[in-house]
Amino acid sequence: MGTDTREPIVEMRHVKKAFGYIQALEDMNFSAYPGEVTAIVGDNGSGKSTLIKILTGCLKPDAGEVWIKGKCFSSLTVKQSMNEGVTAVYQDLALDNCKDCAGNIFLGRELLKFGIFLDHGRMRRKTEELLENLHISIPDITQPVERMSGGQRQALAIARAVDTGGDILIFDEPTSAMGIKETSRIMKLFAGLKEAGKTIILISHNLFQVFDISDRICVVHNGRFVDSFMTKDSSPQELHKLIVEKEEELSDEKAAW
Amino acid sequence: MKKQLGKYSQQIFLFAAMVIVCILLTIRSEYFFTWKNIRNILEAVSYRLILAIGMTFVIASGVMDLSAGSIVSLCGVIMALALHGGMPVPAAVAAGVLLGIALGAVNGLLIHYTGINFFILTLAVSGMLRGISLMITDGKPITKFGQDFIYLGIGRIGEIQLSVLFAACFVLVSVPLMFHMKWGGYVLSLGGNREALVKSGIRAGFYRVTVHALLGAAAAVVAVIITARLNSAEPNAGMNMELDAITAVVMGGTSIKGGKASIAGTALAVLILGVIRNGLTLMSVSSDYQQWITGFLLLVSVLISEIKVYKIKALIK
Repeated sequence: MGTDTREPIVEMRHVKKAFGYIQALEDMNFSAYPGEVTAIVGDNGSGKSTLIKILTGCLKPDAGEVWIKGKCFSSLTVKQSMNEGVTAVYQDLALDNCKDCAGNIFLGRELLKFGIFLDHGRMRRKTEELLENLHISIPDITQPVERMSGGQRQALAIARAVDTGGDILIFDEPTSAMGIKETSRIMKLFAGLKEAGKTIILISHNLFQVFDISDRICVVHNGRFVDSFMTKDSSPQELHKLIVEKEEELSDEKAAW
Repeated sequence: MKKQLGKYSQQIFLFAAMVIVCILLTIRSEYFFTWKNIRNILEAVSYRLILAIGMTFVIASGVMDLSAGSIVSLCGVIMALALHGGMPVPAAVAAGVLLGIALGAVNGLLIHYTGINFFILTLAVSGMLRGISLMITDGKPITKFGQDFIYLGIGRIGEIQLSVLFAACFVLVSVPLMFHMKWGGYVLSLGGNREALVKSGIRAGFYRVTVHALLGAAAAVVAVIITARLNSAEPNAGMNMELDAITAVVMGGTSIKGGKASIAGTALAVLILGVIRNGLTLMSVSSDYQQWITGFLLLVSVLISEIKVYKIKALIK
């Protein structure tokens, strides 16, 4: 396991979370360091998405602590997490399909005129600027999100996360619905965010993408922390082997039962 | 231009349908297109429009409230008892409206925190509230109020009845509330994708409770109008009124699944239903047929709404 003398910007200590009889997280530990891209990898059902939902306050842990920027939260709310600069792009994207691009970009932080009325014009203009700056092409930003392609929707969710100005950005499978060209643009965007000093936590099944962008890799399996190391000290083949070995161990355990 | 027409296609269709119905009724009855009859129609639809506007918000938030008619009844009964007990008119009306808001808020709380299906929950609440109205009144109407109160139901400013002005105020306030203010935006998101709202750090529960409280307030205003107009608080008042409101809301283009709403569409649909009802009465058609037509129009509206969703899904594929 790699060690770091710096203080982590995000840390989870002995976190547990169960959904009925299913133990999604069992003594999960996780650290992310400022300005780094930390990739969380693991097989399906390893607890990656549960981990980030606890980090964003969407789920309450049954036990354990969440530390963000040196503050300890035993029960974090979405608002508290956002106030600490944590922003996430969830796997389900969390978009309101009936609203247009601006309605989604500014959901929860609407621009107002006269203090009470929504400033639709200004929100639309700012959305246009944002999408242009991020080189995201959506031909008609006034159409409801439900009429957009999977890639456009994913790009919109990423644009929203970037626009919040948070310094800890979490991306859960951010390019799963994107084509090669769009994925390459998003990878460039991640590089830019990293250069700007943002901390990025990335969940991805694409190991080559993980090695391409991350500084540190955290392996989780069956709701538990397995290992964490610097990306440069490993290779996709080694990582793949580690995940498969863990999966085989689990199969053996199940067979023994 | 084409896009705008597409966006408002249902409202344009409704308007065209209303014009056609009006032309046909004018041909069939010389009394139909007279100022007196138009005034009758407006007065008859005014309180239905108020309830339908409240229901538009609730349906836009992704649920329905089948207890609205029973709230009308209980609020009327309580107001009547307050008036008979010697309470001044403004205080009795305020008590009725506050009761409506409280009953609506309880519905919202139950839907949000118990997770019980809204259909079953509000149906159960409807039965309970109607039962309370019948128990309090022993099944008999409470009648005879002072002129001050009756004025709220039949009073006029110029040629226009107060109830029509109340309905117009509801429509005028609803448009900015729904489409130009945060509150309405969050109510729409509650129907569009509740998860998106929660993950944006917005308390969905607050909007669920307040949107039902708004419908409760609308039901209470309807109770004031009906009780004052009839000079009687009936325990069976408001029976099936929620069905008419739901029909108008869905006909008007508000998505039955939530997330999309049209206040103008609801207003047009209430008006067209009122015109049809009036026309059938003028042609001496039995009220049983009127009920049948309302049910049939609800079915057609839901089918149109489903076809729209299917088309969008096909477009994405």
